[in-house]
Amino acid sequence: MGITAQEVGRIRRADSGFDADRIRQDFPILTQTVHGKPLVYLDNAATTQKPRAVIEAEQQFYLRDNSNIHRGVHELSERATQAYESARRKAQKFLGAGHSREIIFVRGATEAINLVAQTFGRERTGPGDEILISAMEHHSNIVPWQILCEQNGARLRVAPINDRGELIWEEFRKLLGPRTRLVSVAHVSNALGTVNPVKEIVQAAHRLGVPVLVDGAQGAPHLRVDVEELNCDFYAFSGHKVYGPTGVGVLYGKAKLLEAMPPYQGGGDMISSVTFEKTTYNSPPYKFEAGTPNIAGVVALGAALDYVNDIGMEAIAAYEQELLVYATQRISQVPGLTIIGTAKEKTGVISFVMEGLHPHDVGTVLDQEGVAVRTGHHCAQPLMDRFKVPATTRASLALYNTRQDVDALLAGLNKVREVLG
Amino acid sequence: MSDLRALYQEVILDHSKRPRNFRALADSNRHAEGYNPLCGDRITVYVKLDGDRIVDIGFQGSGCAISTASASLLTETLKGKSRAEADELFAKFHDLVTGQGNGGVSLGKLAVFSGVSEFPVRVKCATLAWHTLKSALEGEEKTVSTE
Ligand SMILES: Cc1ncc(COP(=O)(O)O)c(C=O)c1O
Repeated sequence: MGITAQEVGRIRRADSGFDADRIRQDFPILTQTVHGKPLVYLDNAATTQKPRAVIEAEQQFYLRDNSNIHRGVHELSERATQAYESARRKAQKFLGAGHSREIIFVRGATEAINLVAQTFGRERTGPGDEILISAMEHHSNIVPWQILCEQNGARLRVAPINDRGELIWEEFRKLLGPRTRLVSVAHVSNALGTVNPVKEIVQAAHRLGVPVLVDGAQGAPHLRVDVEELNCDFYAFSGHKVYGPTGVGVLYGKAKLLEAMPPYQGGGDMISSVTFEKTTYNSPPYKFEAGTPNIAGVVALGAALDYVNDIGMEAIAAYEQELLVYATQRISQVPGLTIIGTAKEKTGVISFVMEGLHPHDVGTVLDQEGVAVRTGHHCAQPLMDRFKVPATTRASLALYNTRQDVDALLAGLNKVREVLG
Repeated sequence: MSDLRALYQEVILDHSKRPRNFRALADSNRHAEGYNPLCGDRITVYVKLDGDRIVDIGFQGSGCAISTASASLLTETLKGKSRAEADELFAKFHDLVTGQGNGGVSLGKLAVFSGVSEFPVRVKCATLAWHTLKSALEGEEKTVSTE
């Protein structure tokens, strides 16, 4: 794990005020049993559960404030607009962005990346130009670029990773060249947990004048993010992985870039005037928010960001780190088990394979024990090919997980051996 | 018997660990590839057809216990059978794993897959080899996908 005893000590101290048992009480879904066993939810990289505050925020919006935004003079519309725009300021603060106009609400990380590909990417790349990603990307940070490349003849370059699942820095630097027009990398890998050195990536890219998009789908939920400090040009994340609702996410973009970018979709709200002869676009962020958005979802995302802010992203990261150390120690003692993804810098993702056993069977047995994990390629098929496995079993942690959850996973893995041999 | 034990019966575990007819046929005249993108299972089924009869059959690939055992038992069951018999067995097998019938005695060893019906997400694993065989017999050379 590469974490020194000193660091563990620091983490422990940081953890002293962290009460996961109390936090669990905020998540009504966690109290159920599955197949007669208490639910142990370890599929947080796929989506996280929602605290009561988020569920209630969405419900309250529909019970009290529901209305369309930015277009009514009446009280409800005013309230809805206020709630929506206040969530924008919460997202701005959450990401450390300088202006709320740099926050665009989208459906999720996927839409955020597609938006950048089809606006910024379409305008800034042509035949022979290159877009640089890494070998650990989620399909949603691969396919939008492939689509773009097909449209305009650009080339997708892929920076390789080592056997621990870390970006090979020298190779990355070599691939960053005069034809590179954009770098797009995961902050954290969903399949391995690797934390990429995004600050260094941004510095290296900027030296060549190349902008950087950070796919923060797995970063924002588990690390404190400060886009100004990272100095990245775009940062994308999904609300549902940060304890918010599905169908809503955020794209941060530097104001200067957003202003110069063409719109993504056309429709209401993204214009300032329309005639059949000529339409003038609204300014960011509205230019990129065509049509009626997921208003209740955005409001509830605001509640989710309040929730994690109240606990503190640093405290959450430290607690999850401590749990990761514990889980890694225990899981690596299981005979015949190999952890895939052993980077020095990791978040709470443990992907593994078991000798002679297919992850799908492992997942089925664990499910019968009430333990929810993800099995499969984790939307990262090229990465599975890199490690020469068809699939892995993945346990991923969140702030409400405890050592007991890890112990239940271990007991489940024993059961796996018992049933499958 | 618990659902798990019903799913992972001894016969299934045995065939998943020691799959029968696990080989490419040098003299096959039909083959097809099957792929389950959900779990990454990938198999190739090779058939030697003589007129209407499956005189030899083998498979290769990698998959979960259910899909590997299903492919293995499929090859054991179908060697020497006619295409019509294969079609009929597939229909019965499909009913069995989707809980739409018990398949009757005619399924023989294949009846060990009855436990799959309690695990709807595993139906695709159990039927991958059968879909692939069907495509091989129909002479389609494209990869069949469960998605
Ligand atoms: C690293 C990474 N990027 C992007 C995504 C896509 O997120 P969404 O499906 O919410 O748009 C995910 C989700 O699994 C992810 O883990």
